[in-house]
Amino acid sequence: MSVGDYIRESQIWKSIFRHPAPHDRRNRVVVMLTNFFLHLHPVSVKKQGIALSYTWCMGGITFFLFLVETITGVLLMFYYRPTLEWAFNDIRSLRDVTTLGIMREIHRWGAHAMVITVWLHMYRVFLTGSYKPPREFNWVVGVLLLVLTLLLSFTGYLLPWDQLAIWAITVGSNMARATPFLGSEGPGFQLLNVGGFDLITSASDARFLLLGARDVGESTLNRFYILHCVAIPLVVAGLIAIHFWRVRKDGGISQPL
Amino acid sequence: MHSHPDLTSSVIQGLGAFYLVLFLMNAIYTYFSFKKGGHSKFLERLTGQEIPAAAMWALYSAFLLMIAVAHLTSTSSPNAFLFKLPEWVKYYVDVIVADPVSFSVLSVVLFALMILLREWWVKPVVAWILLNVSVIALGLSMTDWDFRQIVGKPDNVPIVAMLFIVGFFTWLYFRRAIENDKRIDEGRDVFEKEDNEKILVWPDLVYTELMCMVILTVILVAWGILLHAPLEEPGSAVKTPNPSKAPWYFLGLQEMLVYYDPWLAGVVFPSVILVGLMAIPYIDFNKGGNGYYSFKERWFAISTFLFGFLPLWVAMIILGTFLRGPNWNMFGPFEYWDVHKLEVLYNVNLSEYFWLYSPEWTPWVGAMPVAPPDASLPQQARIIFLREAPGFIAVIVYLAVLPPLMAMTLFRTYFLRMGFLRFMVFSNLLLMMLALPIKMVLRWAFNLKYIIAIPEWFINV
Repeated sequence: MSVGDYIRESQIWKSIFRHPAPHDRRNRVVVMLTNFFLHLHPVSVKKQGIALSYTWCMGGITFFLFLVETITGVLLMFYYRPTLEWAFNDIRSLRDVTTLGIMREIHRWGAHAMVITVWLHMYRVFLTGSYKPPREFNWVVGVLLLVLTLLLSFTGYLLPWDQLAIWAITVGSNMARATPFLGSEGPGFQLLNVGGFDLITSASDARFLLLGARDVGESTLNRFYILHCVAIPLVVAGLIAIHFWRVRKDGGISQPL
Repeated sequence: MHSHPDLTSSVIQGLGAFYLVLFLMNAIYTYFSFKKGGHSKFLERLTGQEIPAAAMWALYSAFLLMIAVAHLTSTSSPNAFLFKLPEWVKYYVDVIVADPVSFSVLSVVLFALMILLREWWVKPVVAWILLNVSVIALGLSMTDWDFRQIVGKPDNVPIVAMLFIVGFFTWLYFRRAIENDKRIDEGRDVFEKEDNEKILVWPDLVYTELMCMVILTVILVAWGILLHAPLEEPGSAVKTPNPSKAPWYFLGLQEMLVYYDPWLAGVVFPSVILVGLMAIPYIDFNKGGNGYYSFKERWFAISTFLFGFLPLWVAMIILGTFLRGPNWNMFGPFEYWDVHKLEVLYNVNLSEYFWLYSPEWTPWVGAMPVAPPDASLPQQARIIFLREAPGFIAVIVYLAVLPPLMAMTLFRTYFLRMGFLRFMVFSNLLLMMLALPIKMVLRWAFNLKYIIAIPEWFINV
């Protein structure tokens, strides 16, 4: 008996993998049902539905990139400290001296790639008319995931705390100042006042809510860090679950009706 | 002027590798062309002889190999190097591109040609030639110092890649859509329905997924090793960079700021884009083209979406990333980013135009109303509304009168199939999407600043 066989015959292995590597039709069906990761898939699919030139694989790639970002992101969180004193220095040492500092490069490039693959996924779904009934609502969930992907990328942009970061966030968040009614330079903010006192000022408007201060500063860094590492990923994970579940429930992967 | 060298020996080495990759791509293409056989019809008309297409591609590949070797083995002074973009080409490209008018006209014309000539450019050989032309244009452009400064920025590399990727997938879409359009015309099944039995996920799909993950991991690691993620100087709240740019995927929105105030360009329009995207499944009543590629069955929906994605989103990102320099002035791709470049802007509000010409054309309305400094709020409001009446009328006509007109004329069938509410949502979304190009044209043609200008209340449209 070879070592491989010995391992595969052991009680430990068998308790983890309920099924041996499937070689016949029956076992290929059963393996899909008895493995947690594989059971997200159906047992069988239409051949043209998974043809590369048809699906472009972009949704799956986006999900894979989300996993890459999660793994590299968690590793980066062990190292990076979101304070004015350390943020920039930590990123610089990741680039220059730290072992496995490449995690930061992969995280950054993966983030750019994820934005692009989300667009392409949406592009394909539109061009094949896959948002049409019965999949209308899953398209809506997809649009929400697009927004959250952009917000994830946007909040992460600040964390290196270099010139590129703080000014991109400044330019981006300046828009919030012009929010109708809720921005201190937006149309109609004067309407929200009590006894002649404006409720909406530069210390209480939508931009302040986003930044946690009047300008991009330490409280912004803290706020964006929490949003980037905890709040948005949690929401994204929930929506991804719904998105995948709906794919199955709304008639499986896109196909001619 | 700046005195940076256009070419250095490391750039020449890099371009050598670049052309070597292009040679390999074309060598592979030659192989497939040879296996397929056939001769070039174009050359037959030209010479009257049947010349195998593969021979032409082999010749071209050999030429590329020589170019690559000439780069890799170059020992002469970089200044004397032969292969670089001529100055006059740079000059004319800058003249054409470094202007919002010609840039936008060019992108819309290219968009129209893409749709009209779809049956021509989806042919593999045409698409391959177009790809070669654009790759060589990129390579030659890299011989310019200014071009390298902006395209070579690490964060801009993904955008260049995105251009080619979006181009490829657009090609793929049209190729499959045209194939299906033909099948539908002939009464055959669409491609997706043919040879479409059920297959098991293990091994067919699981294998594809595994390969996908392996390849992507390799790409990401290689990318991370070859190119450092950007890290500039430590952030400083007092040193404002010029230009200050948002992250690249928001640069289309930042470009809108040139034409609309932040409350519209930064808040209202992005929200409308998102609501509009979510509304698509509920306003598209067309049952055709569900689950397969087609153009003819859904030409209006597809063209509208492509117009929104390609000229209004991707092209605006290109413009914002590569062509907007200091003070948000526009620069050509080969132009030095001069902080002192001056662009004189005289922009005039619609109300100013109206009250300027009204004594001549509409003498009965009198002079422009101006609020006295001690006016009460209602008094002030009345005068402001009167002053901006032309703009209010224009906006109301655009968003409230135009939709019923559309329903009665061009979009009659849409109105009948959609019903009142859905049609109003659809027409307003469509009109708001067109609000950007319309304002652009008004700006260029009449220097129009605001249609409604109420700086007193931060309401400028």
